[in-house]
Amino acid sequence: MDELLTAAPAEGTAGGARTEEAYRPAADALRTYRMVAALWIRSTMTYRASFALTLASSFCVTFFDFVVILLMFGQVRGLGGFSFAEVAFLYGTTGTAFGIADLTLGSLQRMGRRIRDGSLDVFLLRPAPLLAQVAADAFALRRLGRVLQGLMVLVWSLVLLRDEVAWSWGRALMVPWTVVCGAVIFMAVMVLGASALFWLQDAAEVTNSFTYGGNTLLQYPPTVFAQDLVKGVVFVVPLAFVNWLPALYVLGRPAPPGVPSWAAFASPLVALVCCGAAGLAWRAGVRSYRSTGS
Amino acid sequence: MSCEPLIVLDGIEKTFTVRRKAGPFRREKREVRAVDGISFTVDRGEMVGYIGPNGAGKSTTVKMLTGILTPSGGRLRVAGIDPARDRTRLARRIGVVFGQRTTLWWDLPLRDSYRLVHRMYRIPDDRYRENLARCVDLLDLGDLLDVPVRQLSLGQRMRGDIAAALLHDPEVLYLDEPTIGLDVVSKSRVRAFLRELNAERGTTVLLTTHDLTDIEQLCSRVMVIDHGRLVYDGGLPGLHAAGDGERTLVVDLARAFPPIDSVPGARFVRAEGPRQYLAFPASASAAPLVAAVAEAYPLVDLSVREPDIESVIAKMYGGAPGGTHEERRESLM
Amino acid sequence: MLRLYATVAAGGFRRYATYRVATLAGLFTNTVFGFVFSYTYIALWAERPQLGGYSMADALAYVWIGQALITVCGMMGGGFEAELIERIRTGDIAVDLYRPADLQGWWCAANAGRAAYQLLGRGAVPLVIGAFAFRFTLPAGPAGWAAFLLAVALGSLVSFALWYLVAMSAFWLLDGQGVVQVAWLAGLFFSGMLLPLNVFPGALGEFARALPWAALLQVPADVYLGRYGDGPGLLRAYGFQLGWLAVLLAAGRAAQAAATRKVVVQGG
Repeated sequence: MDELLTAAPAEGTAGGARTEEAYRPAADALRTYRMVAALWIRSTMTYRASFALTLASSFCVTFFDFVVILLMFGQVRGLGGFSFAEVAFLYGTTGTAFGIADLTLGSLQRMGRRIRDGSLDVFLLRPAPLLAQVAADAFALRRLGRVLQGLMVLVWSLVLLRDEVAWSWGRALMVPWTVVCGAVIFMAVMVLGASALFWLQDAAEVTNSFTYGGNTLLQYPPTVFAQDLVKGVVFVVPLAFVNWLPALYVLGRPAPPGVPSWAAFASPLVALVCCGAAGLAWRAGVRSYRSTGS
Repeated sequence: MSCEPLIVLDGIEKTFTVRRKAGPFRREKREVRAVDGISFTVDRGEMVGYIGPNGAGKSTTVKMLTGILTPSGGRLRVAGIDPARDRTRLARRIGVVFGQRTTLWWDLPLRDSYRLVHRMYRIPDDRYRENLARCVDLLDLGDLLDVPVRQLSLGQRMRGDIAAALLHDPEVLYLDEPTIGLDVVSKSRVRAFLRELNAERGTTVLLTTHDLTDIEQLCSRVMVIDHGRLVYDGGLPGLHAAGDGERTLVVDLARAFPPIDSVPGARFVRAEGPRQYLAFPASASAAPLVAAVAEAYPLVDLSVREPDIESVIAKMYGGAPGGTHEERRESLM
Repeated sequence: MLRLYATVAAGGFRRYATYRVATLAGLFTNTVFGFVFSYTYIALWAERPQLGGYSMADALAYVWIGQALITVCGMMGGGFEAELIERIRTGDIAVDLYRPADLQGWWCAANAGRAAYQLLGRGAVPLVIGAFAFRFTLPAGPAGWAAFLLAVALGSLVSFALWYLVAMSAFWLLDGQGVVQVAWLAGLFFSGMLLPLNVFPGALGEFARALPWAALLQVPADVYLGRYGDGPGLLRAYGFQLGWLAVLLAAGRAAQAAATRKVVVQGG
């Protein structure tokens, strides 16, 4: 029972509200997350100038990322057969999704240190779900900068694409839906990475290569990459469902070779499966921590 | 409520698997019994000292009592709850203070930490206000509420931590080295507060410490753990008798004198220039000794040193401190 | 005195050598990013062969040099500044200032040890992996490698001088995070970590190639690719690095002197 409490991620996505009994932990996790995050936001807001500066710099960090793409398109007309507007669309969808995940769960990066120095014990002493506590701790509103920048590029790309794409209701609704599912997939990857830290405390950087690395990968068209790599992020680490597959549908392009066309609509399912896996991994991690104490 | 004692341990065990380097590529797996079949009960309102050398299994026991660690064997109940299974439910009924680690939010002001505790433990508003006011008053926290925890001194932080652990009216309070590193004034303030808490609210207190004075001033019962086993459970005088504890009177004289051997009840230990060390039974009072020394010698300064847990326990078993314990410590790292 | 600094450097090396899992994790990340960047560069150079004067093989070598040097030349953080800033913030720095050794020298030596470890532990492997996965340009013989290593050493020193200066700001600014962020940004962009500086258009390119961050990655990479030729061209490249090194070290020293006065006056 207790492990169920700790296994419910902050967003209450994993497991979902299956029964009355399982619902409460999710609500409790949400409540804890909101409470802790709100406190951190208030404390950040006491230094408004400093907050504005860090928000702006977080915005700029991600913006430079985009400048690279602008510079590239200063030299070429297309990349892997994709126009600037299309690449910007890919950038905007993954950037926003990753930004949302980073905003909500970015603090999980501190887990390795918490386990090493034993400060995780303190969280275990409190009557609140562990994951929600750890994720909300040191909540950094400045990470909103990444979300804003992603959204800006996304909107810009949509303006450029208004005539290029044969818009339909399905395609239009797919855009926000993609961002939401993408964010959930990234969150699940972050929780998975954090769970691995219960066994390998120094391996935090591996998670980065799937989160930050994945985000960078997804900014570029799948046609740029080797087919094996694309298959890898479809079937092994399902990052392709964050934006590639749904975006190809929106842009009216065929799915990558070997990938069925209905896969474009499978993102929610993939997100759900990822959350389930993340929940199980987290549970196993906490159980291992509580039996070894290391 | 059942008539079961508040805390029940029945044959509690905890084994860790330790991997040790046994060469450049080989790693050896070894089982270490950190807690090896401990049984005891604590009744409501008791104040118990839980002592033992480093690595004896004290913190492991406390971690199992709070539900952080799952025991490998035995039966454990705190307030009728199995900590390993119902950690969060138990959390509302216990308070924990670690001397060397804060449970407060490091970057936030004390006040914000308390607010979070208020909401997280779902403390009724009036209870919270009342408890906070009481703690602020008794622990003298008034001026510290708006200071971020990281800027507090060790003594201030400890007081802040104790308050945080008590806002939700816990039935049991675990204190892990609550006076470690504190100055004399802070120490006595913390002790006075704990005494009052126990007397007025009937809060059960379990205290691990290295400082025998903590035990002397607070606890009527002491449990000694060594090598993961309970080796003594009883009153403090009994422990002293068993350990034949001696205290040390350190006197600073105006200049170097020959060894003081004329004072009855004291035994000369050693001299360092004008400073001399005299041992006397832990049960005896220091006052007549001091008077006798002051009468015969030009006394500049003096202090009394308590026997530390390690030497008491070492004497109990006739071994020197260190030795086997040292080994134990390494194997637990 | 020299013996002392050598000991400090050895300590820096050993300290990082103990984190084996972290090194492996870092290697993995560097390799993943290496692959992602390689494919995007391939797409870019397929559209525009000889972009920035690089062949595709040159561009791929550039990607993997960047991944190899990321911690050595501190393009994304010097690796020591957080600790130094923390010491300044907590006041522990006062202890360091009263040490018989010079503060800048002490940290420089420790950082050199760290960089040496990162070069061996995290630099060599991605380069080998990248060379197997993509056929990229290799330096011309042992002399080419030696010239490259010297440029890397200088780049690492310039990086130290830069981040030391950044850390010094913590003496005056209560929250040094803002400055670190800006420095981080500038480093990321102007080092050529994201895109080679000679692909930057027109004046922006000229400007970027004149900044100290160019000494971290762009110059060592161009030395590796043999774009300075040998002899005078190579000396000009080293001269560029040495020039910035002298300026930045001097600035760091001046800041340190001012900070020391401040600490002495305020008593910490």
